[in-house]
Amino acid sequence: MVQAIVFLPLLGAILAGLIAIFGAHGRNPSGDTVEHHDDAHGHGHASAAHDDHGHDDHGHDDHHVAEPAAAGSRAAELITTALLFVSAGLSWFTLVDVGFMHHDARIALLPWINSGDLQVAWALRVDTLTAVMLVVVNTVSSLVHLYSIGYMDEDPNRPRFFGYLSLFTFAMLMLVTADNLVQMFFGWEGVGLASYLLIGFWYRKPSANAAAIKAFVVNRVGDFGFALGIFAIFMLAGSTDFETIFHAAPGLTGKTIDFLGWHADALTLTCLLLFMGAMGKSAQFLLHTWLPDAMEGPTPVSALIHAATMVTAGVFMVARLSPLFELAPDAQAAVMFIGATTAFFAATIGLVQNDIKRIVAYSTCSQLGYMFVAMGAGAYSVGMFHLFTHAFFKALLFLGSGSVIYAMHHEQDIRNMGGLWRKIPYTYAVMVIGTLALTGFPLTAGYFSKDAIIESAYASHNPFALYGFLLTVVAAGLTSFYSWRLIFKTFHGEPHDEHHYEAAHESPAWMLIPIGILAVGSIAAGFPFKELFAGHGIEEFFRESVKMNPHIVEEMHHIPETVAFLPTVMMVLGFLVSYLFYIRRPYLPVELAETQPLLYRFLLNKWYFDELYEIIFVRPAKWIGYQLWKKGDGFVIDGFGPDGVSARVLDLTRQVVRIQTGYLYHYAFAMLIGVAGLITWFMFGFGGQ
Amino acid sequence: MTTWPILSVTTFLPLVGALIVYLSRGDDEAAKGNARWIALWTTLITFAVSLLLVWRFDPSVADFQFVERTNWLAAGIAYHMGVDGISLPFVILTTALMPFCIIASWKSVQQRVREYMMAFLILETLMVGTFAALDLVLFYLFFEGGLIPMFLIIGVWGGPRRVYASFKFFLYTLLGSVLMLLAIMALYWNGGTTDIPTLMHTAVPRSLQTWAWLAFLASFAVKMPMWPVHTWLPDAHVEAPTAGSVILAAILLKMGGYGFLRFSLPMFPLASHDFAPLIFTLSTIAIIYTSLVALMQEDMKKLIAYSSVAHMGFVTMGIFAGTMQGVAGGVFQMISHGIVSGALFLCVGIVYDRMHTREIAAYGGLVNRMPLYALVFMVFTMANVGLPGTSGFIGEFMTLLGTFKVSIPTAFFATTGVILSAAYALWLYRKIVFGALVKPSLMSIKDLTFRESLTLFPLVALTILFGVYPKPVLDMSAASVQQLVNNYNTAVTAVKAAALLQ
Repeated sequence: MVQAIVFLPLLGAILAGLIAIFGAHGRNPSGDTVEHHDDAHGHGHASAAHDDHGHDDHGHDDHHVAEPAAAGSRAAELITTALLFVSAGLSWFTLVDVGFMHHDARIALLPWINSGDLQVAWALRVDTLTAVMLVVVNTVSSLVHLYSIGYMDEDPNRPRFFGYLSLFTFAMLMLVTADNLVQMFFGWEGVGLASYLLIGFWYRKPSANAAAIKAFVVNRVGDFGFALGIFAIFMLAGSTDFETIFHAAPGLTGKTIDFLGWHADALTLTCLLLFMGAMGKSAQFLLHTWLPDAMEGPTPVSALIHAATMVTAGVFMVARLSPLFELAPDAQAAVMFIGATTAFFAATIGLVQNDIKRIVAYSTCSQLGYMFVAMGAGAYSVGMFHLFTHAFFKALLFLGSGSVIYAMHHEQDIRNMGGLWRKIPYTYAVMVIGTLALTGFPLTAGYFSKDAIIESAYASHNPFALYGFLLTVVAAGLTSFYSWRLIFKTFHGEPHDEHHYEAAHESPAWMLIPIGILAVGSIAAGFPFKELFAGHGIEEFFRESVKMNPHIVEEMHHIPETVAFLPTVMMVLGFLVSYLFYIRRPYLPVELAETQPLLYRFLLNKWYFDELYEIIFVRPAKWIGYQLWKKGDGFVIDGFGPDGVSARVLDLTRQVVRIQTGYLYHYAFAMLIGVAGLITWFMFGFGGQ
Repeated sequence: MTTWPILSVTTFLPLVGALIVYLSRGDDEAAKGNARWIALWTTLITFAVSLLLVWRFDPSVADFQFVERTNWLAAGIAYHMGVDGISLPFVILTTALMPFCIIASWKSVQQRVREYMMAFLILETLMVGTFAALDLVLFYLFFEGGLIPMFLIIGVWGGPRRVYASFKFFLYTLLGSVLMLLAIMALYWNGGTTDIPTLMHTAVPRSLQTWAWLAFLASFAVKMPMWPVHTWLPDAHVEAPTAGSVILAAILLKMGGYGFLRFSLPMFPLASHDFAPLIFTLSTIAIIYTSLVALMQEDMKKLIAYSSVAHMGFVTMGIFAGTMQGVAGGVFQMISHGIVSGALFLCVGIVYDRMHTREIAAYGGLVNRMPLYALVFMVFTMANVGLPGTSGFIGEFMTLLGTFKVSIPTAFFATTGVILSAAYALWLYRKIVFGALVKPSLMSIKDLTFRESLTLFPLVALTILFGVYPKPVLDMSAASVQQLVNNYNTAVTAVKAAALLQ
């Protein structure tokens, strides 16, 4: 059954891929000759093509293509979606089977890399942690597939799109079912590839291509740490299998690794390296810059990859490796510090953004920070709880935004919206539900998980516990503010773009059904699971799959009442300020921005991280590369090497040629000098003895 | 057991093919066609014969198999051939890639077709011979002989600066080889034989080890190529015809790595151990330096050439780590790089044949007209980047893993290569394949033909197969690599123990 869950999406991806490639090949003829046009003709072609694809305004989720749809589009859509729904159904079944019946499984598939003591196999591991992820991934993915049938209905390349979506799902499933670090790395980079392909799906847009490369390369920076972490684990434990590593971990405390004269604690260093991978994938502070840019991709992609599943892989990884992190308190401190910083930092940026998708993207970034705070506190199941609920309401918010964008004919700027609730009441309703869940309105899904995280931060003994607690509480207020700001500016007030407003219409049922289901999930995913993830059922439900801090859950339940209420208070406060700013006194935010231009610009420009990285990394790398090429290779190596040597040889021959003048007396003179020299040497040197 | 000398047949069959091409005289279209078909069938049959080697090869035996030995020259210089788990993969790689090279040259070479095909067939004999020779003199002959056809292929069928490139290639490699010849003589005076298996078990005095190791390094480092003697490679690649680039990147470069495995490590373990930090430094520099340089290239072939140097840096690093994963990873990385870089050069050749330029800026938006090409190029780009699931990952991962145990700083800095490789490879892909198709010259470009698909899709299949299931290659070389690593470690620990006792 697990094999079916994992490989059905792959099958879907292959089938859709074949449909896409055969269709594309049918439309584009083969041939190794090029017809040469005269210039005028060529220009005619060029401008025609340019009209079609030249429109690439930043921030428009757009595709002005007048191509007919690829053959077999509907077949590809139905095949991939149907397979995903089967997978999702089986995943829920697995969750019950594993979580309550305790039928954990480890299924060996194939040997992979076998060399000496390195034994890596393709294997599927299913325990409760994995089963939770299976449910999250497959549920959201199947709904996103369904939604995309409606959302992408004008796109000519739908088979390719659905192939990518299913490929992503497969890679993500390989990641969560991995039984060793290397297979996890396979899934890890596989989702990176799918993310790269999907962000750059509209490959004619330069901004989409740039965002795709940025996502891949920044993720690679994280993967650099992940890979080193794997090497370190292998050196320490002699294996990459989770069982062996966890078994060996207690014996590794106190060991050190020498790195350039620095004696680092082995487990701490390893955990930090692995966490670096998590930071990249989950867009944490310092490695977050790719996530907002990734919004260049189609909106369903943002919902699936950049909200519900891929970006949570880092959280999952830390939970999976909890037996290691529990032994490395310093690494846990770093996790909490980074998580809390991200939660706060991303929320501040979210306050002032105007692109509907970017607001949700920064919100995602911030919520991922929350999850890492729980990881740092040792409350792994609590972090997983938020991962679980967040998948529903954040996917809902993205897909709801997609519905708004679709209704507004690919307008994404909330300044051009307003008053939309009359036009698209269904979308409005589900967006409000998603916002309530995100801000932690009592009894919604987010309420249970987010409050539990803040409580765990308060209760933990992490050196950054207070820092984590304060920042997450503040961020809760900010979250409430920017979420309601989005709702108010989009759905309330006066329409700002009459033309788009008049044309706005509710989306087709393909899209409304999935967001309806997610809306139900955003409310219902909290309470029934509360005890299992954050209460007394943890031991029974998760068992060996995560190693919780032994005291954290107990202490969470004994924190002061006032602390437990604080997040709710912040939520209400955020809502009230937002209401004041955008409904009652709409001139206030403008005035505030004018009186605090520095702060406003700082936030609007995302703390200037992109500019900073451009100066620190990108430009120097290019400059060094150019210098090494021209100066290093060209001047030094070739100059003193082959070119230099051949030039000297040529010089020498030219000198020699000059001696050969052809005048007899020159030669006679040279001979005479030579003979004189020879005689002198014989008489006074060798001959003299 | 074998009743006929399969190895010699594999080696010399291409030479026979070359002779047949030579005999079929004429310069009209029919003669050209004949030359192509003869060359294709020769390489195909050679490949089929070499598959017999795989079939009969016993991977559990570490020693040489299919051994043939007859007296040849005086004083113990013999015609001695044989393969073990380290050399057999390279033999197969050579025979497997040759038909692709012939097919890739089918239309692009129109001048002196007979001579071209002969050069390639002779080259195949010399390359297979290099990997199969078990006598130093024989090895040297094959190793150096390979220079001549390659020199001609670049110099005759190459691009505009072909003369400069071919001379640079020749001078660099010859200089290294001369030193190797001296070392071979020294080994002969020391051991009294040029038989490689015997020499592998002959103790070499430590001082001689140092000098011989350096002399061999001079030759292999150039071939590899290692930084800073790599500058011939970009020039040679740029000027070479497509198939020449394929052979150069896929097989000729591997002779350096093979040399390290066959001579440096087993014959001079102490020197190898002493000089390992040097190799680590050079490898790390190569990885970072050439990756940075690759970022700034304007010529497709140069970019891939620089990326080859970086990938070979992983190989040298892994080999001199002296660990099982390092050495096995090095072998695997060479095989994988042979497939992937060969395929990348084929990809460049395909658009070059259409547009007659390799300038990156001349392309853009090819995906709009060439979806098959875009797919294939994507697979190889990802393999070049080292994405798990492609063969490129296995080699990089194993060499780094093997090195980490020995030298953490080396592994640390070398791993930065994975970031840089992503940057330059994806940048190249974006500039060539993605984007809107706006350049007028590209408007009528057409997708892969059947012939071109025939050269690329088998390589796609191999890249993914070896990424998911590398066992065939790893198992083939495992026993021999294990023995090599054991001998190396025994020698090194023995010396260390002796030093402690004193």
